[in-house]
Amino acid sequence: MRNDYDIAVVGGGLLGSAIAWGLGRIGQRVVVLDEGDVTKRASRANFALVWVQSKGLGMPAYTVWTVRASETWAQLAADLKDQTGLDVCLQRNGGFHLALSEGELEQRANTLKRLHNQVGAADYQVEVMDRDRVAAMLPAIGPEVVGGTFCPLDGHVNSLRTFRAFHTGFKAFGVDYRPEHPVTAIAQSGGEFRLATPRGEIRAGKVVLAAGNANQALAPMVGLHAPMGPTRGQIVVTERTLPFLPHPLTTIRQTDEGTVMIGDSKEDLLDDSGLDLSISTVMADRARRTFPLLGRLNVVRTWSGIRVMPKDGFPVYDQSESHPGAFVACCHSGVTLASNHAYALAPMIAAGQLDATEVGAFTGRRFAAMATTGSGYY
Amino acid sequence: MFKRLQADTRKPVGIFVDGTAVTAREGDTVSAALLASGLDVRRTTAVSGAPRLPYCMMGVCFDCLVTVDGTGNRQGCLITVREGMRIEIQKGKREIGR
Repeated sequence: MRNDYDIAVVGGGLLGSAIAWGLGRIGQRVVVLDEGDVTKRASRANFALVWVQSKGLGMPAYTVWTVRASETWAQLAADLKDQTGLDVCLQRNGGFHLALSEGELEQRANTLKRLHNQVGAADYQVEVMDRDRVAAMLPAIGPEVVGGTFCPLDGHVNSLRTFRAFHTGFKAFGVDYRPEHPVTAIAQSGGEFRLATPRGEIRAGKVVLAAGNANQALAPMVGLHAPMGPTRGQIVVTERTLPFLPHPLTTIRQTDEGTVMIGDSKEDLLDDSGLDLSISTVMADRARRTFPLLGRLNVVRTWSGIRVMPKDGFPVYDQSESHPGAFVACCHSGVTLASNHAYALAPMIAAGQLDATEVGAFTGRRFAAMATTGSGYY
Repeated sequence: MFKRLQADTRKPVGIFVDGTAVTAREGDTVSAALLASGLDVRRTTAVSGAPRLPYCMMGVCFDCLVTVDGTGNRQGCLITVREGMRIEIQKGKREIGR
């Protein structure tokens, strides 16, 4: 294998893979430097939603960016299928958030109203539905469901297969994937970056930091800033069952292969080696109240996983002023935004310049002021 | 393929397999009774629909999944037959309400 590239992408998760695939697609010589299998990898622990509703309170540009991703996901699914033969099972027929009390529904409706009233937010449709309208679309709801919100742009995907499809696509695009190559130092000299790894030095004209929470430590090496907040989520998975849930929910979805995933909790932890059963209990109980028939299914797996979460919940895309050619990318929604990373961000990086009108709001410099509050989280 | 031993003197237990009356023996597991029944008792898997028969007979492989008295995805090798038990060969995924 060669050791000099146009671009080195640090991080081989869903975000780094989408960018690297997008770069390979437009003919860049790319290497992906990844850690090993024991890495805390959000790409293997996520909930797999392609999700729009309720994202962007506190940053309207995030709403615009998310809507765009949802609208280009079908192209990504089609391109991956053509290239690799893998069907990532994108289902984008609208998603729900359901409420188990009038208070919950009112709170949800108010949040969405505030989101839509933001100047510069994308104008997309979210409907507040009463129980009868929800029941017409989700016949399995239980008596406690009072209503919900529905957004036709929401959907979900098989995220593990998406991950695999990107990596399969690497081969066709000539992207070198190198596991067990954690980057320990980055230096720029003579117009190129030198990345130190335990398995030798890699040289590249540009570098993209897409290493999830590790970006926090890597970004300062090239004059960038990417503060991350630790968050852990838990998921409960049932045995496979015949299709009963035609739309995904924020917290419950049925996969293409029939399992039901129940999420999603949020704790300020980075330890993914255990579970808090009191949290799983609440999640399972709410799921059963939402769809009583779930109570008959066996749970086959539960796990906790680490989310990648920039400190204010919104994505960070930035380029270095002190180290031209160095970029950083991190976000919570690596599944939803995969299409943007492949089709929009990758070409900007290849051109050496992020487009300020498209991604300027996501600069890491915002954290210096820390004026932005709110959460990009669901 | 499977034959009962001539010397097996355990008491007969009547069960139904997809509505057909079958005589099992006291102490049989559901899986053993199905294999001994002489019927086609192949289930199909949840994703690819491949045919399967009970394999490990000790609760590990989950290839004996079967609907017992209206409840899907039961491990037939871990359940003992009872008089009047109604067994359905499960084709594909479990139905959520069963």
